Parts: sequence; C-alpha cells; structure tokens
Amino acid sequence: MLASSERAWPGRASDTPLTLDDEQRPVLGAARPIAAEAARRFQALVLPHTDAAYNLALRLTRQAEAAEDVTHDALVRGLSAFDAYRGGDARAWILTIVRRRAYDWLREHRRKATLPLGVAMAGDPDDDVLAWEPHDPDQETPEQALIRKGEAAGLRALIDTLPPRLREVLVLREMEEMSYRQIAEITASPIGSVMSRLARARALVGEAWRRLQATTEGQP
Amino acid sequence: MTACGHDPLMIQALVDGELDAVHAAAVEAQIAACPDCAAEQTRLVALSAALRRGAVRAPERLHRRLAESLAAAQAPPPAPVVPLRRARPWAWMGGGAGLAIAACASLFIVTGVMRQDQALTNELVASHVRSLQVAHLTDVVTSDQHVVKPWFNGKLDFSPPVADLKDQGFPLVGGRLDYVDGRTVAAIVYRRGGHVINLFVWPGERAPAPEHIRATGGYDLRHWRAAGLSYWAVSDVNPADLALFETTLKARTRP
Repeated sequence: MLASSERAWPGRASDTPLTLDDEQRPVLGAARPIAAEAARRFQALVLPHTDAAYNLALRLTRQAEAAEDVTHDALVRGLSAFDAYRGGDARAWILTIVRRRAYDWLREHRRKATLPLGVAMAGDPDDDVLAWEPHDPDQETPEQALIRKGEAAGLRALIDTLPPRLREVLVLREMEEMSYRQIAEITASPIGSVMSRLARARALVGEAWRRLQATTEGQP
Repeated sequence: MTACGHDPLMIQALVDGELDAVHAAAVEAQIAACPDCAAEQTRLVALSAALRRGAVRAPERLHRRLAESLAAAQAPPPAPVVPLRRARPWAWMGGGAGLAIAACASLFIVTGVMRQDQALTNELVASHVRSLQVAHLTDVVTSDQHVVKPWFNGKLDFSPPVADLKDQGFPLVGGRLDYVDGRTVAAIVYRRGGHVINLFVWPGERAPAPEHIRATGGYDLRHWRAAGLSYWAVSDVNPADLALFETTLKARTRP
C-alpha cells in the first residue's frame, strides 16, 4: 500500500535513476571555453527546456527580471558543468540547477518576514529561505490579477502566496508534469514529503481559488 | 484525511497517474463507492487543468541572451599544436638528450603562448557580447571624437586615439571602460551598418599574436600594434569590413 517513506514508489520500478550532480564550479563573467561538440549536445538536449526553466525560476523568485537572470545563470552554469551530466532526463537535470540558483537568489534577497502560522515546516534546512512574504507588496494580489489579467494570472498570483517548498512541487507537477520520483530528485526530498507537500499546496490553492472565483463572480 | 476517512493521497496519486494497475483499480472502486472521494477527485482534476494553463514561456529576450552567452562560451577551434611524445620519455635519452630537452622546452613555450592567446580571444569575444546584451555598450555616448578622447583622460593611464570614421562608413558610437586581461582597457565603439565593432586598446606588448582570428559564434578579431599600444577589434561584421576598418583607422590615427 501507500507508504509516505523514502522507499521506491510501488508500480514505478522501471524508473531510470537520475544523475543530478552539477559541479559547483564558479563561473565568472562568461563560462570557460566549451568544446563545440559539448555545446552542440547541450543545445540539442538542454536548451529546449528554457521555458520550463524560466517558469520554475519565475514562480520561485516571483520577479520577471530575477527569473531571467536565474535561468540565464543556471543554463550557463549547466553548460560549463555539462560533462557532469550522465544521461537521464535533461529537463530534470537543468531544473535541479535552476532550483538551486533560485534558492541562492532567495537567500541573497530574503526580506525580514515572519512565517505565517500553519505553513512553517519545522527542522527544514532551508528555513531561512522559507521566511518569505505571502504577498509581495510590489505585486498584484491574486484578486487584482484575476480581475485585470484573467484566470491564469490569478492562479499564478495564488501560487505565489505559498511558501517556496510548496510552490515548487506544485509547479513541477502541475505545469511541468514531472513524476513524484523526479520531483523528489529535483527538490532533494523524500517521495513521501513530495506527496504531502503537493496535497497541501493543492488544498491551499484549490480552496483559495474557489473562494476567489465565488467573490469575483458577477463582477465586470 | 477526507471527511469519509479515506486517504486523500491515494486519490491524488491516482489523478497524477502514479499508481500501478492494481492500486489504481482499488482506488477507483473506492471512489465509485464514496461521494466524498469522488468530489475530491473532481476538484483535483479541475485544479490541475486550470494550473496547467498558468505556465509561462520564457521571454524572447532571454532566448537571445542565452544564445549569445552560449556562443561566447564555445572555444574557438583548437590551434594546431605539435604533439608532444610522452609515451616513452626515455627513448631519446642518449647523445641528443640535451638538444631534445631544449626542443621540448621551446615547444612548451609555444603551446603556452597559444593557450594564452586563446584565453584572451575568448575574453575579448565575451566582453564584446556582454557589451551588446546588458545595455552597457558605452559609458559616454557621442559621435564626437573630441568628447570621447578627453573622457578617457583621468580614467586611464594612457590615451587611446579616437577618430570618427563616419565618412568611411564606420561612425563612432562612444566609449567605455572595460576589463580585459587583468587590466582596465579602453573600449571604443564603432558601428558598421547594424553591426557593432568594439575596439579594445591598452598599452603594452604581448607575445606576438596572429593578426586575424576567427572565433566561433561568427566573431572576428583583428589585432595590431602601434605606438606602444595593443589594438583588438572584435565584431560580427564580415571579415573584409573588419580589415577595412583596421586600415582606415590606422591611416587616420597615424601620428
């Protein structure tokens, strides 16, 4: 049956293991010279996932400009660490690097904020990152976004009110359609945690979404 | 737990396609028998469909920026290097050992110089590309050479010659300070049609470098020296135009 443990997921025995080691080599300015062959493979395998990379970076940083920088940085870094890529899902590989860069950015730019009750996850090594503000004062509220820009923008603004740990599983599952195992690898979390975070994220967003639709219904 | 006491994670796993056939059948049977579970499944499916439409695409600007960075990161084709024999280092130990050692030493020097050149080429191309992408093409924007030249004074310990070659089809755009090869250099920016030419200037003599280097990513570099200054012109303009630029500029700035 279903166990929220780190054990392999029943019925998913044939998963190929992901290789996610990305060398933490410092990249100053431009990347170090890359052999043409490696660059060609990178362009064929990794570059097509730029949209997915940007989508994750944008939801984690919640700022378009930062998301561009994070994505750019992650891909340039990915290219210079491409010899560490040992096959497997290239999208999962690059998203792992994007996520790390996004968390670096969050750490650098974290604002003093208090954790809302009920969503803090005790003992998380990234507690400092989780000190996010549910509403960035510079951004629209979900309600404003929904009314001004439509359903998709409203939902994005709602996702942005979640803590990063919940946001990332929701983005990876619902937008990138990654499997639990892949999400577990990318977020360096046990599969059980992925499942419970996903359930929590869906419950929070789903409930807020239904409430939001109810309150804005009938409005022009 | 849902109100009915069933495990919502199982319903979620079914919706996400994470269950094998046996477990899927069991959960489906449970949903068929339990209205609460059925409602939960409906909510999850509807939410998934809505969230999927919330994904965004990377802006065109980012795609361009990436393409440029990746091109700049690529090494130019390796320079021809005489292979060093390393398999049997004792083989030449004999009468000519001293000579052989001297020959090897000079080979190391030659390959070392080539490697240095390559690093500098990469740095110059990267600098050129960066100048195009971060809206930092020029610190001083003017087509007036009498403004650009004094602007550099006080910022550099040398005085780069600046000429407007507009009548020759290379209008002056401006200048900026850049950092290349471990020092602050002058970057003088010219235009040729829609192409930008970065001319990097700094004093000093490096080891002899080839006059023309074709870097990957479609960039050309031309190098010359005059009056104790090193010049590197970098552009994606066609090689003939870059050569013309060099001759024109040399003729105009001749002391």
